[in-house]
Amino acid sequence: MGPTILPASSPRRRPGRFAVLRRLSPGGKASLVIFLLFCVPLIVPQLLAPYDPTAISYNEIFQGPSGRHWLGTDQYGRDILSRLIHGTRVSMSLGLVSVSLSLALSLPLGIAAGFYRGRFETVVMRLLDVLMAFPGILLALIVVAILGPGLANAMVAVGIGEAPAYTRVVRSAVLTIRENLYVESARAVGAGEGRTLWRHVLPNVLQPIIVISTVGFAVAIIIGSSLGFLGLGAQPPTAEWGTMVSEGRTYLRSRWWISTFPGATIGVAVIALNVLGDALRDVLDPRLRH
Amino acid sequence: MGRYLAYRLFQATLVVLGAMIMVFMMLHLIPGDPVQVLFGDAPVPKEQVEAVRHQLGLDLPLDQQFVRYVRQTLSGDLGRSLKTNRPIVTDLRRAIPYTASLAVTAMLLAVGGGILFGIVSAVRHNTWLDNAVTTVALAGISLPTYWTGLLLIWAFSIRFNWFPITGQGTVRHLVLPAITLGWYAGAILTRLVRSGMLEVLRQDYVRTAQAKGLSTRTVLVQHALRNALIPVITVASIQLGTMLGGAVVVETVFARDGVGRMLVNGILQKDFPTVQGAVLLVAVAYSVTNLVADVSYGFIDPRIRYT
Repeated sequence: MGPTILPASSPRRRPGRFAVLRRLSPGGKASLVIFLLFCVPLIVPQLLAPYDPTAISYNEIFQGPSGRHWLGTDQYGRDILSRLIHGTRVSMSLGLVSVSLSLALSLPLGIAAGFYRGRFETVVMRLLDVLMAFPGILLALIVVAILGPGLANAMVAVGIGEAPAYTRVVRSAVLTIRENLYVESARAVGAGEGRTLWRHVLPNVLQPIIVISTVGFAVAIIIGSSLGFLGLGAQPPTAEWGTMVSEGRTYLRSRWWISTFPGATIGVAVIALNVLGDALRDVLDPRLRH
Repeated sequence: MGRYLAYRLFQATLVVLGAMIMVFMMLHLIPGDPVQVLFGDAPVPKEQVEAVRHQLGLDLPLDQQFVRYVRQTLSGDLGRSLKTNRPIVTDLRRAIPYTASLAVTAMLLAVGGGILFGIVSAVRHNTWLDNAVTTVALAGISLPTYWTGLLLIWAFSIRFNWFPITGQGTVRHLVLPAITLGWYAGAILTRLVRSGMLEVLRQDYVRTAQAKGLSTRTVLVQHALRNALIPVITVASIQLGTMLGGAVVVETVFARDGVGRMLVNGILQKDFPTVQGAVLLVAVAYSVTNLVADVSYGFIDPRIRYT
């Protein structure tokens, strides 16, 4: 038998890392673009904002939208567009930090609980039951009550508050993954526990993680800005979406623009994230569909 | 059934006990001396600090403090507000009706609207009606409640003057907050009923029912809806909990003196006994509704057997 000649490289094009994005629904793609646009102020808000977001100008208070101030000015004469852009930075970093914190807490806990099972899993699950007894925003409120109001504490509060939900998703994903043949094969060829977890379990948890993080980002923005609205998150004069809506509340009757624009901005961001989350779920993890 | 009920009751008791541990620990997790935390920034003579410490039992070992806390809580004593010195229980008793009426009304709106719009959307799948319902549902899930509340105030209180802006007590005061709070849960239920109905309408038994010549209404209600309803109950009970949390925001927007507002004011004023009382109440209420929902499945769907 003659020597078989192997091609130097596989002629079949391997699916690119971002092939997933191409399979997204049109709405999902549009939402991804919107989300990325919202990420721009995260890096360079001062380049985009026409004015200083906290500069008070008593000559210009309560101006409606105009050529000079596209979205008008508030009760201190501050430019609302500039405040919105800087507020986008605050809310997006809040989402980023709190989602990362939720992941940092839930990944090790959920993977360990799902993979090792046994008494450890029981303890984790009962603990989650207790944490889940504090619905929605309540867990975040408890954390704020302990740490005190403020933007940094709100980030921690939202991150901790949402972690139980993430942990449940990770654990249930791991429960199915560990029963798969490739995990058993890895064990059979002598892969250590660490290697099995890192090379085989973790990459397969990534898909549900991406989906839940996207929707979780939206939840984080809502809860974070709600804390701001309640006066428990970012404190004035920091420009933040929730506090901006709250400040405009008093002038709702005649100065509609003060509350309306920040509220609409949150709406657009969250709708985009929810649509993107749905689209990603359809592509990555159809099982998560109810 | 009896065994399941006992197990579920035991589990709920554990959860409530865990919640009590968490609420109890709150005061001790706050950085600094708990007694000083209770006094706030006010300069207080050392003897008085020690007297209060002893009076509240904060000089006892932690486990004895907890036993004391459980005993007091079970006997209906949640301590006194640091700001008004009124018993927390009195304040809660006054606030509960406002929150309960809000949550129940919002839930009724959400379940009614969710089932109705969900069915309509599924039956008229991929029409403009379906698209409209789906869009309103997406908005309900995505828009923050404090903003939808303000929009409703602007439209129906300021422009049309149909409903009072803030306050409580009458049905007219309840309409806008209930819609605000119910929209979110209603949106989630609409999506759920819609996808459930789309699933069920494909089943053979629905085709059989249609083939038998039953009216569309009978097919939808008797054959399809019943089977699409099970997840609705689960999600509705979870949403009731979320509503108790969401009430925090809605009560602030509409200035209703409910439990949620009490909680937020408690945090802002560093009135920790009030915070602890309100948090515990919501956690217990949520655990009870979940328990009731779990147990009620068996009555709605006889196929579910508890083992």
